Amino acid sequence: MARWTTFEHDVLVIGAGGAGLRAAIEAASKGVSVGLVCKSLLGKAHTVMAEGGVAAALANVDDRDNWRVHFADTMRGGQYLNNPDMAEHHAREAPDRVRELEAWGALFDRTPDRRILQRNFGGHKYPRLAHVGDRTGLEMIRTLQDHGIHKGIDVHMECTVVELLKDGERVSGALGYEREQGRLQLFKARAVVLATGGIGRAYRITSNSWEYTGDGQALAYDAGAELMDMEFVQFHPTGMVWPPSVRGILVTEGVRGEGGVLKNAQGKRFMFADIPEAYRKQTADNEDEGWRYTQGDRDARRPPELLTRDHVARCIVREIREGRGSPHGGVFLDIAWIKERLPGAAEHIQRKLPSMYHQFKELAGLDITKEPMEVGPTTHYVMGGVRVDAASQMSTVPGLFAAGECAAGLHGANRLGGNSLSDLLVFGCRAGAYAAAFAREHGAAAIDERAAEVAATRCLAPLERGEPAGGAAEAPYAIQHELQRVMQDQVGIVRTEAEMREALEAIDRLRERAGRVLVPGNRQYNPGWHTALDLHNLLTVSEAVTRSALERRESRGAHFREDCPAKSEEFARFNHVIAKGADGAMAVRREPLVPLSDEHQRIIAEMG
Amino acid sequence: MPRATFRIWRGDARGGELRDHETEVSEGMVVLDALHQIQAESAPDLALRWNCKAGKCGSCSTEIDGRPRLACMTRLSDLDLARPVTVEPIRAFPPIKDLVTDVSWNYAVKRRIKPFKPRAPDAPDGTWRMAQSDVDRVQEFRKCIECFLCQDVCHVLRDHHKHEEFIGPRFLIYAAALEMHPLDVEDREPDLKEEHGIGYCNITKCCTKVCPEGITITDNGIIPLKERVADRYYDPLRRLLALFRRPK
Repeated sequence: MARWTTFEHDVLVIGAGGAGLRAAIEAASKGVSVGLVCKSLLGKAHTVMAEGGVAAALANVDDRDNWRVHFADTMRGGQYLNNPDMAEHHAREAPDRVRELEAWGALFDRTPDRRILQRNFGGHKYPRLAHVGDRTGLEMIRTLQDHGIHKGIDVHMECTVVELLKDGERVSGALGYEREQGRLQLFKARAVVLATGGIGRAYRITSNSWEYTGDGQALAYDAGAELMDMEFVQFHPTGMVWPPSVRGILVTEGVRGEGGVLKNAQGKRFMFADIPEAYRKQTADNEDEGWRYTQGDRDARRPPELLTRDHVARCIVREIREGRGSPHGGVFLDIAWIKERLPGAAEHIQRKLPSMYHQFKELAGLDITKEPMEVGPTTHYVMGGVRVDAASQMSTVPGLFAAGECAAGLHGANRLGGNSLSDLLVFGCRAGAYAAAFAREHGAAAIDERAAEVAATRCLAPLERGEPAGGAAEAPYAIQHELQRVMQDQVGIVRTEAEMREALEAIDRLRERAGRVLVPGNRQYNPGWHTALDLHNLLTVSEAVTRSALERRESRGAHFREDCPAKSEEFARFNHVIAKGADGAMAVRREPLVPLSDEHQRIIAEMG
Repeated sequence: MPRATFRIWRGDARGGELRDHETEVSEGMVVLDALHQIQAESAPDLALRWNCKAGKCGSCSTEIDGRPRLACMTRLSDLDLARPVTVEPIRAFPPIKDLVTDVSWNYAVKRRIKPFKPRAPDAPDGTWRMAQSDVDRVQEFRKCIECFLCQDVCHVLRDHHKHEEFIGPRFLIYAAALEMHPLDVEDREPDLKEEHGIGYCNITKCCTKVCPEGITITDNGIIPLKERVADRYYDPLRRLLALFRRPK
C-alpha cells in the first residue's frame, strides 16, 4: 500500500487565512485547478482576530487621502527598509481590494453619506481603516470563505504540510498529513503559494494561536528560498497579563484612542517622560491636550500613549524592569478615568469598545468602566518572512510564491496597524494570479519519490523512532516551552549580543533534543505528534530571528539593542537576507535596499 | 495549589468512555487551560480543537457539565470543582476522537445555500450606497463565529437527526443574513421551504440561549424568515391570486 494519498492541483495554496483564501480565489478565477490546505477548519485562521480595520486610501472620510499619502505613511512607519515597489502596489491597489469585498457581501460600517466608513489609527495621516466595529477580521475572512466555496476550490481542512518537494530547481509539490486519521498526503502542483502567517508561537507571551509556528518561512528556507528582515518582530504594547491563562491576548490600540492612559504603580503617566525627538513636535506635552485630541480636537496634538507601537512597548518594559510595574508584571491601562471628563462614561466605553469590555468582564472578572486594566507587551506579528518579487510574490525558488504575513518586504522595520489586512488582500490576489500564470506557462513537474519517502519517514519519526539509544526520550511540549522561554527572555523586546549568543546555543541544544522526541498514541488526531512536527519550524525561524538580530548592531523600528541603542546610517542601507549555505548552515548576508524610483523620492521628500 | 478532576470523554468513532484527569488549578483559569495542562502533563494525545482562545474563532465548542460552551470562555471559578467537571464533545455530530467531532456536514450544507448576488452598483465607479441603519440588522447575524453550538442544541438535529432535511439554526441565520442583505437580489424562499426545512424549527429558542455571540437567532432571524415563507406560500389572498395567474 502506498504510504500516502496523492492529490493533484495546478496551484496549491498552503494556508487559509485572508492571504491564502484571496490567493485561492484569484487563481481559481484564472481557470486553473486549486487546492487549499488549512491547518485548522476553514474560517478559523488568525485573520479572524484582527480588530481595528483594513487600511485603504478610499478617501471616504477625508478627501485629502490618496495612495501617495498611504505609501509615504507605510514607508515612514517601516523606517524606509520597506520594498518601495511593494509599498506602492499595496497603497494603489488596497482600495479596489476593499471595494471588491463589498461586492462579495462584506458589510462595513457606513458614513453618513452611506459609503464605507474609515477610522483613524496609529501612523496613518488620515482616517483610513475600513472596519466593522471591532471585528473587521471576522467579516473579512467570512466574506472570502463564503465567496471562495463556490469557486470550485478543493479544500483540505485540518491538514499540515511538512515539506515542499522539488523537481530540480523548481517546486513541484508538498507532503503533509491530515489530522483526522493521521494519513499522509502528497500534493502535486505546478505552483505553490505559501500563506501560513506568523511565528508568534516561538515566544511565551503572544497573541498568536497554536498554528503560528513559522511553517511557511521554514518550508521555504528548507526548499532553498531566502528569508528577509527576520529580526523585525512586532511586540504589541498592550496584551492582557492577568490572569495567567489569558496572558498575551490583545488589547486593542482603540482603548488608547478613546482616551485610555498608561500609568505605573506610582500612578504616574510615564509616557510623558520619554517622547522621542522626532515626534516631540506632534505630541502633546500635557494631559489636557492629549485628552482633547482623543475627543476629536483637530488643534490638539496626540497623547504620548499613541506613539508608535515599538516605542510604547519599550517604555512599558522599562517601567516593569525598574520596579514600577503592576502587581502581575505589567502596567496599568486606565480608560475608567474618563468619567472625570465625560458624563455617561460607562455607557460610552461599552459602546465604543464592546469586545474589550466583554473580554475583561468574561476572562478577568474586571469591569473596565470602573477599574484599570493590567497590560504588557505581547508578540504580535513578524515583519520579516519569505523574500519575494514585488510584483509576482515569487520567492527565489521558481514556482514558489508567498503572501501575507509569511512574506517580507511591505512593512520594513515596523508595520502600521491596519496594513496587515490590506497586505493580505493585495498580495494574496497578486500571488494567486501570478501562480496561476506560472502554472499555465509551465508543464507538470515531477515528484521526487525518494525525497517524498525521506519526508514521510521524518514526519512519522516521533511516533515510530522508538526509545533513543543515547539519552532519554523527550516530550514535545517541554521543548516547545523551553524554546518559548529562551526567545522571550533573550531575543525579545530588548536585546543584547551576549544574551542572543546564549540563545543560539540554547537553540542548538533544543534542536538536538527535538531529534529524540517520542510521542505516545497513534496517528489519529494526536496533538503530541503535531507539536513534535512543529518544533522543526519553530527552531528554524527562531534561529533566523536571532541571527538577523545579532547582525543588526543598531536599534530601528521593532528591533531594539540595549548595547546599540542608536539608529545607524550604515544599517539604513540594507536588509538582512537569510539562506541555507552550501554546508547546510544558516547564513546571513546584507542585501542593498531596493532603490526608490524618482517618483517615490518625490513623494517621500514631500510627505516623509 | 488546589487540584481538580476533569472527567473527559476519551474515545473515537467506535466508542469511548469518560476518564478522569487531574490537574492543578490557579486563579483565572478557563476549561481550555485545564485541558492544555492535562495535555502537557499526562495526556499528550488528548484531541481537542482550539485557535484564538478569546471567543472569536469558535473552534473549542464542547459540552461542559452537560452544557454546550466554548472551552476558552468557561472560567473554572464558575464551575463546581468539588466534584469532577465533565467535558464531552458536542453530541449532534459524529465523534472523531476525544473532544473532536466531524463537523464537515456544516461545510457541505453551506455550499447548498445560494450565494450572495448583489444588485447592479449604485454609483458609476462600481460601488454601492447603504445607510448604517440598513446594515445593522445583518451585521448582527454576521457576528456568527461558526462554533456550531446552536446546531448542537437544536433538537431537530440532535434528537431527531434530520440532517438530510434541515439545515439548522446556523444556516438559517446565514440564509437570513443573505436574504436581508440590503444589496442581495437572490431568491432563497423556495429553497428555505423545500430544501432547507425551515418548517422543522418550532422555535424552542435553545439555539439563542447558547449563542456565545448573543445573536437573537430565533426572534431576529428565523421567525422573520418563516414569515416570509408563510406569506408567500400560505397567505390565502396570495394563493387565490396565484390561482388566477396560472398559465392556461
